[in-house]
Amino acid sequence: MTSLLASSRRGFLKAGGGLLIGFSLSNSRVVPQLMAAETSANPAPGRLDAWLRVGTDGNIRVFTGKVDIGMGVQTALNQIVADELDVAFERIQLVMGDTSETPDQGGVGGSTSISAGGKPLRNAAATARAMLLQLGSAKLGVEPGQLQVKNGVVSVIGDSSKSVSYAELAGATDLNQALRVTGGGFALNVEGSGKPKDPASYTIVGQSVPRIDLAPKILGRATYSTDVRVAGMLHGRVIRPAGAGASLMSIDESSIKHIPGYIKTITKGNFVGVVAENEWAAIRAAKELKVNWSSPAAAFPGDLYSHMRMAQPKATREQPAKGDAAAALASSAKKVDASYEWPFQAHATMGPGCAVADVRADGVTTVWSGAQKPHALQKGLAEMLGIPEDRMRVIWVEGSGTYGRAGDEDVAADAALLSQAVGKPVRVQWSRADMTGWGGKGPAVIVDLSAGLDAQGQVTGLQLTSRAFSGTEILPQPTSAGNMLAAQLTGTPNTTGGDEYVGWGGDTYAYNFRNVRSVGHIIAPLYVSSSPMRTTHLRDPNGPAGTFAGESFMDELAAEAGVDPIEFRLRHIEDPRAKVALEAVATKAKWQSGASPKRTRQSGNVVSGRGIALALRGGTIVATVALVEVNRTSGEVRVQRLVCAHDCGLIVNPEALRGTIQANLIQSMGRALKEEVTFDRSNVTSLDWNTYPVARWADIPEIEIVLLNHPESAPTGAGEPSSRPTAAAINNAIFDATGVRIRRVPFTPARIKAALA
Amino acid sequence: MAHASLKINGKAHLIDVDPECPLLYALRDNAGLNNPRFGCGLGQCGACTVLVNQVPVRSCMLPVARAMGKEIVTLEGLGTPEHPHPVQKAFIEAQAFQCGYCLNGWVLATKALLDKHPHPTDDQMASAFEGLICRCGSHAQIAAAVRLAARA
Repeated sequence: MTSLLASSRRGFLKAGGGLLIGFSLSNSRVVPQLMAAETSANPAPGRLDAWLRVGTDGNIRVFTGKVDIGMGVQTALNQIVADELDVAFERIQLVMGDTSETPDQGGVGGSTSISAGGKPLRNAAATARAMLLQLGSAKLGVEPGQLQVKNGVVSVIGDSSKSVSYAELAGATDLNQALRVTGGGFALNVEGSGKPKDPASYTIVGQSVPRIDLAPKILGRATYSTDVRVAGMLHGRVIRPAGAGASLMSIDESSIKHIPGYIKTITKGNFVGVVAENEWAAIRAAKELKVNWSSPAAAFPGDLYSHMRMAQPKATREQPAKGDAAAALASSAKKVDASYEWPFQAHATMGPGCAVADVRADGVTTVWSGAQKPHALQKGLAEMLGIPEDRMRVIWVEGSGTYGRAGDEDVAADAALLSQAVGKPVRVQWSRADMTGWGGKGPAVIVDLSAGLDAQGQVTGLQLTSRAFSGTEILPQPTSAGNMLAAQLTGTPNTTGGDEYVGWGGDTYAYNFRNVRSVGHIIAPLYVSSSPMRTTHLRDPNGPAGTFAGESFMDELAAEAGVDPIEFRLRHIEDPRAKVALEAVATKAKWQSGASPKRTRQSGNVVSGRGIALALRGGTIVATVALVEVNRTSGEVRVQRLVCAHDCGLIVNPEALRGTIQANLIQSMGRALKEEVTFDRSNVTSLDWNTYPVARWADIPEIEIVLLNHPESAPTGAGEPSSRPTAAAINNAIFDATGVRIRRVPFTPARIKAALA
Repeated sequence: MAHASLKINGKAHLIDVDPECPLLYALRDNAGLNNPRFGCGLGQCGACTVLVNQVPVRSCMLPVARAMGKEIVTLEGLGTPEHPHPVQKAFIEAQAFQCGYCLNGWVLATKALLDKHPHPTDDQMASAFEGLICRCGSHAQIAAAVRLAARA
């Protein structure tokens, strides 16, 4: 093969090593923009052409409000549509996350891009296919039942000389139909006259089609949101307060006027930004600007977990109880209590938040952003700028990988305020400290658990009491101005936060306990507004924290019962697929049966152990085994292997799924071993990769994944679930190795060493 | 401001830039390239890696004046779509990366590593990659790509 990239969307070709390689060079497009004469109302979902248009060139343009945050969902969605329409994969041209061109599907979140987001696309494609078959039937004079479709060509079964292509049929008519719309946000769905295929007949879904985004990226031909350049664009940077609750007293613009290319400093309340002709000048100006702040009003606690235990909860939620847990515990043969603590963690995206905003004098605004929820951002930014929503177009351009409400929303607000102030397009990229220090945080959580065991070692009942900062002090949907840090700094309050708590159950645990009581207390934010400790959704919100507690506790119960940890779980599970996942991971990991901790004393300084954890999420089942070595002298935990069995229903793209799970296991391992936001009285002190360490090359274990495919069962989501059991699996392996139970994340050498002492 | 003559991907560029400006911004804003990318500005992550005289360098830390007269190669210049560098081929074949924002560091460090050690040991890989971050956690796929590239 001489050319790997012969032309745009050439599709996937057989290449060396038997792998399929395919790519698109679609990123070299001209950047679109909202024009004064246009409105940017979101396309109404109740028409087929809002989702799918068949071109006279045979290409299929598909429109989705979903975006790709680096897991390859655009490839999977293309597979779904191509399969349903019976066209070649490379015919699909997907437009994602443009508020003027794509229906509002709630953006990305909750691991729903394929499970929920794929549904309307599949139904639209099925409807288009049915309509094209009807048109083909009329054209060829043959009943639809006697027609077949291959590669976008309709032909008579048994007589392929009688045929007509989709391209020809589409050129002859306006292919459209009113669709029945149900749900909204992630659950938005449409149905038309076409019924989707039987999954048994899929030919493209289920194939490891190479991700269409990766080759352009690796060849240096991809465009990220950081690479958007528009005519007349200036560069901005923000200067954040000296701490939470610090007020702007004064600035001394003369401190930066000498910088070549410097244009202007903009202040509005406590929002401070600089604008310059070029990026370096903006960086210098932000660094050198003399700003006088008042003393920060915040008083963050010195001992976080004590604060959380002492604080009067701002709200308390109780899940519907099962049976009578208190009575069950009181009459149990044994009672076990334990308390687990999970720290604040940071998004710390690889590329700090970046956006370009062009706010025209007449209010016509275009924003280019990598934010996960462009349609919500359109609303929030319009409110912040005081312009009608349909004057605001948000165009998603892939950003650095985000795993929740990271920073792209807030930086878009920064860019919009600066652009509005200078009347020119402004690009803002945050500094590393802006991102890690001032981006939203995943909440700290305490989970107290009690359970009883009967004489046979079965769980009689369980009580959970959690104390956590709400996971949604800042809602993941940036639909209001106050959701954005820039607006908060200008004095707009955040009025849309939620009370998200940690509980037992939901869909997290597979266990059939008869008596359960679960109470979640929500702790008030550490500071009321514009706080670097404000919480937002971080990958699998509260999942890793809750599962660290729940699945470490299951291990404690198994140890107390003297039963092998996998056997103990199997004794409390009815769901056959959860059982299969546990058995599959045990087989793959060559699990040595027996109760933890290891009974045979290990000699030497380095001891090893294995641990299991199981978690459910939205119908997806993940069972992970960790094999670790613990250095008893240094306290260092080395994860040797992570083995994961993963059941998310029908698998659309096995290799892309495997890549996402592998990466998720490593990221979640880093969260367990290293990640913790540190802070002083009013500031975050985790500001860079040294003060906020994450998993690195030297930490990487061997990884093995067992994909459990269920073509008969709809996809249930894979972006987040495999981050859920990792910390508990590692923790249970540490216990197996050492006999010492760790109850606080991260498992730093100092913490492990102290626990072993 | 001063004129700086830079040799980027085999072509001479005369750019008007503050000599203290890090090479990163000169490449992105003056030369109009999309690679390298800004990650930290502190030399801690590698997203801004370019090759300067064949050596992987953090362009966020290198004043443009110190890059003058040297051969600068960015990811765009490593290979073309028609003739990708073998390391790029290997990364594509391994389907490495999630978001890929970090990949300038990994791809160019691999290229430099294999130039020096065509069959690198684990220790040689560890020292080549110790200063790189991939927040998504794509390391297992990256490792597969490096092994493929070493075999090519």
